Amino acid sequence: MTPIHHHIPEALLADYARGALDEAFSLVLATHISLCDQCRATLGALEAPGGVLLEEAAAAPVSDAAKAAVLAQLDDALPQQPVYRKDRLYPAPLDEFVNDDNPRWSKMGGGVKQMILTQNASSSARLLYIPAGQAVPDHGHNGMELTLVLQGAFVDETGTYAKGDLEIADSDLEHTPVAAPGAPCICLAATDAALRFNSLIPRLLQPIFRI
Amino acid sequence: MLVQDYNPASAQPCPPTQSGSMAAARPLAEASNLPDTQTEISVQTQWMLAVRDARDRDAFAQLFDYFAPRLKGVIMRNGSTDSQAEDIVQDVMLTVWRKAHLFDPARAQVSAWVYQIARNRQIDLHRAAKRPLPEDLPVLDQAQDDASATIALEQETEKLRKALTKLKPQQREMLEQAYFHDRSHSEIKSQTGLPLGTIKSRIRLALDRLRHELKEVNT
Repeated sequence: MTPIHHHIPEALLADYARGALDEAFSLVLATHISLCDQCRATLGALEAPGGVLLEEAAAAPVSDAAKAAVLAQLDDALPQQPVYRKDRLYPAPLDEFVNDDNPRWSKMGGGVKQMILTQNASSSARLLYIPAGQAVPDHGHNGMELTLVLQGAFVDETGTYAKGDLEIADSDLEHTPVAAPGAPCICLAATDAALRFNSLIPRLLQPIFRI
Repeated sequence: MLVQDYNPASAQPCPPTQSGSMAAARPLAEASNLPDTQTEISVQTQWMLAVRDARDRDAFAQLFDYFAPRLKGVIMRNGSTDSQAEDIVQDVMLTVWRKAHLFDPARAQVSAWVYQIARNRQIDLHRAAKRPLPEDLPVLDQAQDDASATIALEQETEKLRKALTKLKPQQREMLEQAYFHDRSHSEIKSQTGLPLGTIKSRIRLALDRLRHELKEVNT
């Protein structure tokens, strides 16, 4: 696998470590970490204060019954351990969101497709499929957008993003991602507010595509 | 080490991967041959390895006696009743037993490993949505634990512990809130009326102060 060049900023990773991010953003970060040993190591460092604070936390006595109940369950059969295929397109965190055999893509025009994975009032996560050489409409963001490349690559005003690379865009960035030549680009993207498009037609389509 | 600003546009071309935690493995037996500057492997780590490698119930009971009351204390601070807290503690400790094969002492301190299990359990219970987790990394060869990496990690943790003692009470409280409270930024906002930026900057101040202390302890 090619080396990853664009990682998770520490402040964002710290929020993930202590559980402050919602599902859509957590999904993107967990997927990146699954592909990236460096961010996995940093996550470990950011969990360390939680461990020390736990060691020093004021204790509350636990009943003997609770302990006995746990010890009595030690022989229970273990739940089946999942077997992961390292080379696959969708890393394990996506398992419960994507049906690998029957993906539910919807067409957005120009060969671009999307699959919404999770969505609520504050954020959403989706897969984007962009044919090689094809552009995603020029757009800015009302909030933060995380984009993680799972296959192929894209290029925009800020650089080139290949498999495992994470782009973080906020409301200051207006960009036009274009899929690189070669394989179609498949990305996992999360936003914490509706994207605002610059041109009229995509803006009219926005409620329909829910980007 | 802890914090830098979110700077979305720069999206971080990163430093090369550090080989530290993935260093070549050495058997644990070599721990006793290390120079004086190295410390012993902590008793919690020894219990955890006994659980992982030998399914040692006595060691697990020791882990339970050490961690369960602390977990319960933390969980009750979040407003759980006594019996709710005990239910969660039981779930967490059973997960410790069942996921022991994934514990790698060179990658995580036992307490940090237990912390993240407890965190996920609380989030699963209290939020409508889950917190997706990274793919598990298998421990490939349990007999080849890297003793020097394990001890180095424990020494780093000692430094962290010292740095934490130097925080002002208010900053310490802020960090405890950040690490233990079962609320996201947006939920904290809706409860306290504080704008998100203020909450983040307070947490960041506490983390910055901690990083500063760590630097001083290290020199």
